[in-house]
Amino acid sequence: MHFPILSVIVLTPIIAGMLILLIPSDRKNEVRVIALAAATIALLLSGWVYFNYDISTGGYQFIEKYDWLPQLGISYFVGVDGMNAPLVLLTGVVMFTGVLISWGIDDRPREFFAFLYILASGVFGVFVAQDLFMLFFFYEIAVFPMYLLISIWGWIKTREYAAMKLTLYLFIGSVVSLVGGLAMYFKSGLNTFDMIQLSQANFSESFQVFWFPFVFFGFAVLGGIFPFHNWSPDGHVAAPTAVSMFHAGVLMKLGAFAALRVGIMLLPLGAQHWRWLILILALVNIVYGAFIAMVQTDFKYVIGFSSVSHMGLVMLGFATLNKEGLTGSGIQMFSHGVMTALFFAVVGMVYDRAHTREIGELGGFSKKMPWVAIAFIIGGLVSMGMPGLSGFVAEFPIFMGVWQVNPIIAIFASISIVITASYIMRIIGRVFFGPMSEEFDHHVGDVTVLDKVALTVLCVIMITVGVYPSIMSRLVSSGVDHILSLFGGV
Amino acid sequence: MSIQNFEPTMILAILPEILLVVLAGFILTFDAIWKPEVKRNLGWLTAGGLLLVIVVTLLVAHPQAEGRLVFGGMIRHDWLSFAFNILFMFAAAITALFAMDMKGVGQKGEFYLLMLISTMGMSLMASAADIIMLYLAIETTSIPMYILAGFMTHDDKSTESGFKYLLFGAAASTVMLYGFSLLYGFSGQTNIYQIALGFYDLQFPKIAVLGSLLLILVGFSFKISAFPFHFWAPDVYEGAPTPIAGFLSTASKAAGFVVVLRVLVAIFTPSATPDWINMLAIVSVLTMTVGNVLAIVQKNIKRLLAFSSIAHAGYILIGVVALSQLGLTSVVFYLVAYIITNLAAFGIVVTFSQVVGSDEISAYSGLSRRKPWLALAMMVAFLSLAGMPPLAGFVAKVFVFAAAVKVGLVWLAFVGVLNSIVGLYYYLTVLKYVYLFRSDDENKPLNISRPYSIALTILILGIILVGTLFGPWFNISTQIASALF
Repeated sequence: MHFPILSVIVLTPIIAGMLILLIPSDRKNEVRVIALAAATIALLLSGWVYFNYDISTGGYQFIEKYDWLPQLGISYFVGVDGMNAPLVLLTGVVMFTGVLISWGIDDRPREFFAFLYILASGVFGVFVAQDLFMLFFFYEIAVFPMYLLISIWGWIKTREYAAMKLTLYLFIGSVVSLVGGLAMYFKSGLNTFDMIQLSQANFSESFQVFWFPFVFFGFAVLGGIFPFHNWSPDGHVAAPTAVSMFHAGVLMKLGAFAALRVGIMLLPLGAQHWRWLILILALVNIVYGAFIAMVQTDFKYVIGFSSVSHMGLVMLGFATLNKEGLTGSGIQMFSHGVMTALFFAVVGMVYDRAHTREIGELGGFSKKMPWVAIAFIIGGLVSMGMPGLSGFVAEFPIFMGVWQVNPIIAIFASISIVITASYIMRIIGRVFFGPMSEEFDHHVGDVTVLDKVALTVLCVIMITVGVYPSIMSRLVSSGVDHILSLFGGV
Repeated sequence: MSIQNFEPTMILAILPEILLVVLAGFILTFDAIWKPEVKRNLGWLTAGGLLLVIVVTLLVAHPQAEGRLVFGGMIRHDWLSFAFNILFMFAAAITALFAMDMKGVGQKGEFYLLMLISTMGMSLMASAADIIMLYLAIETTSIPMYILAGFMTHDDKSTESGFKYLLFGAAASTVMLYGFSLLYGFSGQTNIYQIALGFYDLQFPKIAVLGSLLLILVGFSFKISAFPFHFWAPDVYEGAPTPIAGFLSTASKAAGFVVVLRVLVAIFTPSATPDWINMLAIVSVLTMTVGNVLAIVQKNIKRLLAFSSIAHAGYILIGVVALSQLGLTSVVFYLVAYIITNLAAFGIVVTFSQVVGSDEISAYSGLSRRKPWLALAMMVAFLSLAGMPPLAGFVAKVFVFAAAVKVGLVWLAFVGVLNSIVGLYYYLTVLKYVYLFRSDDENKPLNISRPYSIALTILILGIILVGTLFGPWFNISTQIASALF
């Protein structure tokens, strides 16, 4: 019996959340300290799992399995492989930096951290789940607190609308997938929700072709796939900084990952049948998202739409169903998670000081907050896919994979890099350089030490993966081999 | 299924009912002896007494795995009746706690007395195996409820509520009684298991079977507030004392469902399965859709909960329609989850309106700043109603939808899940008031007296427990459901 490390990772946030609720509401510092302690534990443990995963052995490791409801074959079953280990680490990173950045929240921080940590537990649970029922259970736990987090602590102008829109979109997606999941469970006749066994169920082709769209697109709503992406920019913009980071950084990966884990891996024939549709929709995501980002005047909306665009790359990689594309997608999920968390953190820092996000009104912030400017530039280069940074390691294989499937799509998709460069450059030029208006000159100061720590952590990760890609690519490609084996080949 | 001659152990089958009458006698006595100032303690007496009855029943009156007909076939002593007896008494105990501190209600002995008699009626409903017994049980449940709904005689709304409930109830039960008389006429039997045999052997024309079924369903639909006999629910819930509204929407509705299960499975399954399944599927769709859509526009929290409870009747009917071991298990599981959750929701409304004096949803603004724990409890209860993990409502919904998918009713499962999205919308709207909006009163204290905090704590822990460790509950539900066949 080894140490149940994955369960500890899953349960640490929610237990910390409950503890936090027991503290009297006026003792805000204790709340923050407990939150930070829990985040540190989660980060260290998820890092430990990441670096101790044995690639040469492969398969699912750190497995724990307990019966939950044996009559229906429901179990609590967790494990990591090359695909989800980076995502567990990503969640740890975003949780840790998110706490640092939300240190200053003053309105009911107790409830804020409690809800945020319920969400974090849900996210960890989905990433490590190997049981379909458990996956749905944690998926909904992860989605719901978003409503409260956005509507209570969000941007006052759009928060009610955005929170409700987001919640309803995501829930329609998840319940539609749920029906698909139940159909798989009964069709297989195995009386188990164990996904490893379900993937051996040999569903008939017509069954797979019928149910794949429900399951895949149900989850892909949370991955921001066109035309169901509409909730995402509104949601990102309305959310408070740490929640935007979580949301764009981790939750969208949750949708993409679940679509891969349940849709593609359990219904491979369905995936082959429908991949043309995913390719086209993902292409629309990439190009359309980037164009919309280019014309936004609100700093946060630019980032919001850039997330839509980048998540399109993840979906595009999935749809290639070949080794390069899937590996690229796996790394892109991690890379984009870190990058977008950084972006939203920067937007939050600028907005907190300038009280506006209109790009036209901002300017010259590199003088006041040089750390932030440097971090944003690094993030921007990642987002453009500059070699030497994690974005390149992720995007290059995706384009290689897509080229094998259909060169035309690869060419169109690569246009997005140019557009991305244009909107990122525009922000860097307008917001961080250029003249600063007088009203900001007086009251805008530098960011706190905690903020700098958070930014540094995020930048270091992106650079490390960029200059030393095999730290991640070997791991991810071992996970991809497993996926491809479900398609009957490597 | 043979009918046994009398033997003393048969008393065990009606032990809960006997003890309830004894408890009612105690209440009556103490009501006469105690001074008005201490009559509130009748609530403690009722709750404590019920707890004692539950414990005794659990220890002594265990049914055998195979149910048996006792008292000349009037009563069936099986897991279904046993488990639901306990649930009804649990709901009654919680309701007594919620009623204690309610002005004009909790200080009167008759309130507890009537509630206990009604609970006894429900227990008999759950175990009745004979249509005469069934009819008597339904009336024993309903008549005290008519009085309780109109209990606050100085309040026009409450009087209206009681009277409306009486009129609707009387009409529905008349139609149902006519259906019963047809059943007797066709088969010459009153025991529901004998009727089934008669129907099956004699090859009755289908129209006769379905006609009597339809008439009986009128009465049952009224009890479970299913479409199109749901109209009474919002008005009655709004006017009735809130604890009674909670009791009506949980125990009384569950009793109705137990009867639906027993009668449909026993009498109509052999002879007319596909027809009533199709009929009920349509009723289910309409019930949940009407309930959910109308709930969206409500401004009063009790009316909102009334429509939500109509919608829940629709979800439960999905499990009934998916007639199978899993389907019936899911119905029983859903009822357990629903009773706990909805009692909590109504309990919070009682607690709140005792202090604030309003049932408008807008009055809940700023509650999370004013009383964070109560707000949290409300969130748990409402999210469980909406079907969120890790709460009871989620698992219950998954099981019901799973049952539908299993028997191939995928379309019904889809209707169900889309309806639960609509449900989520209005539950969130309420939580928005609680968590988001501010009010001028948010610094005023909001004191919760002891009975409320005890009852709410039990219920909230129950919701979380059923939602996370659902194994034991599921096993019990399976056992109960298998008692039906």
